[in-house]
Amino acid sequence: MDALLKIENFTMHYRTRAGHVKAVDDVTFSLAHGQSLGLVGESGCGKTSVAMSIMRLLPYNSEIKSGTIVLHGQDIYSMREEEFRKLRWKEVAMIFQAAMNALNPVYTVGSQITEVILEHEPEVSEREARQRVTELFSIVGIPEERMDHYPHEYSGGMKQRAVIAMALACNPSLIIADEPTTALDVIVQDKILREMEEIRRKTGMSMMYISHDVSVIAEVSDIVGVMYAGKLVEIGPADDVFKRPRHPYTYGLMNAYPSILGEKRDLATIPGEPPNLMFPPLGCRFHPRCDWATDECGQVEPRARYVGPDHSVACHNPLRAPSSGGEPIGVAKA
Amino acid sequence: MALPKPNKESDSIVVVKGLTKHFSVGRGLFRREQARLHAVDDVSFDVARGEVFGLVGESGCGKTTTGRMLVKLTVPTSGDIFVDNEDISAISGQGMREFRQRVQMIFQDPYESLDPRMTVFDIISEPLNVNHIGNLEEREERVAYMLSRVGITPPEMFFFRFPHELSGGQRQRVAIARALVVNPEFIVADEPTSMLDVSIRTGVMKLLAELQEDFGMSYLYITHDLAVARYLCDRIAVMYLGKIVEMAGAEDIIKNPLHPYSKALISAVPLPDPAIRRDVPNIKGGVSKPINPPPRCRFYPRCPVAKNICRDSDHPELCEASPGHFVACHLVAR
Amino acid sequence: MRSLAQNWAVFKESRIGLAGLAIIVCFGVFGLMWPIMIGNLWDVHIYHPVVGFDPAMMHPAPPCRGHVLGTDPIGRDVLAQLMFSTGREFLLGVLSAVISVVVGTFVGAIAAYYGGLTDSFFMRLADIIMLFPFVPLLVVVGSLVRLDMFSFAIILGFLEAFGGITIILKAQALQVNVRPYIDAAKVAGGDDLHIIRSHIIPNVLPLSFLYMMFNVTAAILSEATLSFFGVLNIDMSWGMMIHTAETAGYLFDYGRYWWLWLPSGLAITLFCAAFYMVGRGLDEVVNPRLRKR
Ligand SMILES: Nc1ncnc2c1ncn2[C@@H]1O[C@H](COP(=O)(O)OP(=O)(O)OP(=O)(O)O)[C@@H](O)[C@H]1O
Ligand SMILES: Nc1ncnc2c1ncn2[C@@H]1O[C@H](COP(=O)(O)OP(=O)(O)O)[C@@H](O)[C@H]1O
Ligand code: SF4
Ligand code: SF4
Ligand SMILES: [Mg+2]
Ligand SMILES: [Mg+2]
Repeated sequence: MDALLKIENFTMHYRTRAGHVKAVDDVTFSLAHGQSLGLVGESGCGKTSVAMSIMRLLPYNSEIKSGTIVLHGQDIYSMREEEFRKLRWKEVAMIFQAAMNALNPVYTVGSQITEVILEHEPEVSEREARQRVTELFSIVGIPEERMDHYPHEYSGGMKQRAVIAMALACNPSLIIADEPTTALDVIVQDKILREMEEIRRKTGMSMMYISHDVSVIAEVSDIVGVMYAGKLVEIGPADDVFKRPRHPYTYGLMNAYPSILGEKRDLATIPGEPPNLMFPPLGCRFHPRCDWATDECGQVEPRARYVGPDHSVACHNPLRAPSSGGEPIGVAKA
Repeated sequence: MALPKPNKESDSIVVVKGLTKHFSVGRGLFRREQARLHAVDDVSFDVARGEVFGLVGESGCGKTTTGRMLVKLTVPTSGDIFVDNEDISAISGQGMREFRQRVQMIFQDPYESLDPRMTVFDIISEPLNVNHIGNLEEREERVAYMLSRVGITPPEMFFFRFPHELSGGQRQRVAIARALVVNPEFIVADEPTSMLDVSIRTGVMKLLAELQEDFGMSYLYITHDLAVARYLCDRIAVMYLGKIVEMAGAEDIIKNPLHPYSKALISAVPLPDPAIRRDVPNIKGGVSKPINPPPRCRFYPRCPVAKNICRDSDHPELCEASPGHFVACHLVAR
Repeated sequence: MRSLAQNWAVFKESRIGLAGLAIIVCFGVFGLMWPIMIGNLWDVHIYHPVVGFDPAMMHPAPPCRGHVLGTDPIGRDVLAQLMFSTGREFLLGVLSAVISVVVGTFVGAIAAYYGGLTDSFFMRLADIIMLFPFVPLLVVVGSLVRLDMFSFAIILGFLEAFGGITIILKAQALQVNVRPYIDAAKVAGGDDLHIIRSHIIPNVLPLSFLYMMFNVTAAILSEATLSFFGVLNIDMSWGMMIHTAETAGYLFDYGRYWWLWLPSGLAITLFCAAFYMVGRGLDEVVNPRLRKR
């Protein structure tokens, strides 16, 4: 399959007064047409930074150290800003974290979405744009008559839907959804995620979901990438990553999460805390918390390598793939 | 330090009868009738000694309000709360001081529940301070002990740190230490782990479970996350718009929910297994607020199985459907 | 909350705040020079700011040797007046600002915490005080009782305290009052006094300090204005210097007698600006919205 999005060895730092925050470090992955990729990791591990890099919406204090982001065969950082502005929203749209606050309180929701269409597709007339907004509203499940209401008249779930409609407005080939349901109740979350998946199925667009919630990622992603402290430590087909995690952090994360599924089991704790990205540990960034760490881990940064088809892990001692989804895990050189 | 412990009469530490809280909302300039929001409506339950009782429901269903009434932060509109067979509405003056030592609360947001201008020592010793327990030396000893119990070691290293110098997990541990420092019998824990990161959160959950066993305390554990409730609670009550609609043993309610709302809620919880396709939760419409609600079943507008009887009769009472499993629904056989 | 050192680091980044601080320090040094100069280098009879007189020349004399900034219409040395007044301006500004902020913080915290009638009372009081424009009010007060520098500072402090500053600090205290750590303190068993003293006031204090800076500016300006109208019983101040020039008819003479009003005018402007600038610098420390970090 032809890749829609290709990120290679992408490294991005934020300059602050206290030093450089190494928010994205040597991240490589690609996403095919129609696929969904879930990026999971704890707060501050760089998920949003990756998304903002793809949207080319990085703040002024950011600094791209190396790597490329290729969208539709075009290196987005070699384009001029005006050129990319045409692609943004038409090719790649984003549902921002805390999207509920992304709507402007002084305009009606319908007019804000109309505005987005008119801005990106000057050839469309205002009537056509409004017509399209009506369709979008029915796709995301907001009654049409709510178009002329203001954001504060919407509930949290409806605002989230409105923001999804806005992302869909120009028919992009990729939507990045940063924590699209984190502030919502489970029943509303379930509805919205189902709707987004339905839209993906119908339109064939690609999705990139970002969440700290392992379960949410499990349900919506074809491919799962796990981030830790600015690094993409493991990426592979959802089934593989969930059933046969190969990176110690992934393994810890999957087992730290309580679930209502199956029998009640003991939870694993990962000792310690995520590092300060200003001074990440040398070698493997996970090594101070890793039960499988060896001397090498504290000195040499592990590079991503394949441990299965489309499944790569950045670890010196990837866990042995258990034959089934059970417990047996041990140190093994892959 | 001798802390007063009243003698035991029943094996319930907390008994709640018909607890109700109405808030006046939207007092319009020209509106005669005040709108009343039924935040908590005729709620009854009891917590056994040494038990962890979970209160689960979507945001705004009245969990926090219930918890706040139990610690006397909010005055109930009506209903009775007994702690150790003592009606807490009658408590004041010296009795209040004792009450504050028997009943404590842990708050949701560790970033907000610690005064940013106080040191860790000041924060944890505050309950001792204001209740004039022990002298400085004893307080230091006690604070150091509590800190080491919640896993912050070496304690002396942390005495003079400010909250902003702690990580999220450490802050919540400090908040837990503050609640436990007076050796309370009963603790209201309002979503104490919902703001924490997964890898830290498991540690705090384990800590709460461990402390509960060691000190033999009872908890009212408030959460919107059924998986967390399952892990920590002995019994769970599901709330919907101010009413308890179902109450049973934790495993019982998750494996065998009887109320239509509990069923929907449980089936909406995402599962960490990419292979599973959950069914669509069976529920109608969106959430509303319980403002001047009609007397019939609170869940009627969203209930997928409602019958005429539900429309025509009052909100159903909680009835024991099977031993220890209580449900409030006209259609569930007694 | 950050430590003092960190706060200083943030403050240091603000050019405007540092510049303000530098100016204040200069004024401080300037003011401290007065006791050294008088009696040691300067003859009291000639250089006394109020009753001094130099018989050697015609007055007002333009800047010359011995009188670097000239003399005023009744033969007093302008530089000496300027220097002498500096200390008193500090006293006035700081005293009234401290009073207004200490009282304002307390009143604001109490109004916010108790709400209801207490709150209404203080807020209405603030409205009344704010409705009466300060300067005309003080002109009236000043013509009834002769106000000296000290009582003037106190009156000004209390007017500010129950006026605008209460409203601002109460708004801040209200924000503090709804923070979960206040609930946590209640659950810990703290009584009202404990909560106001240990939690609300310390969290309002940074903003109080900020307003203290702005209040210094306000106090100095009020004094200058009222002195200009001659309603204060103050023998010498920067405002009085301009007042003297004005009553003697030298103020509007197309700048010919510039040394009579320019030094004091400049001093007032600079001094006020300096505190205002420090306030702006503190604002960055106190106001997270403005923080670059
Ligand atoms: N503009 C910025 N300047 C400096 N540092 C930044 C900036 N934005 C983010 N960071 C830092 O970069 C790191 C990654 O941040 P990012 O927002 O990408 O995390 P995230 O994985 O999306 O976390 P969350 O789950 O909390 O949204 C963090 O350490 C964060 O503090
Ligand atoms: N002080 C208050 N004034 C008015 N309404 C309130 C107040 N506190 C809570 N409520 C309302 O009461 C309901 C229950 O709130 P809460 O107990 O906080 O819910 P939960 O903790 O379950 O999310 C909500 O609809 C909320 O908006
Ligand atoms: S590289 Fe070493 S420290 Fe890092 S995850 Fe692998 S085993 Fe652990
Ligand atoms: S009582 Fe009726 S409306 Fe209420 S939950 Fe039961 S079936 Fe539904
Ligand atoms: Mg983010
Ligand atoms: Mg709550």
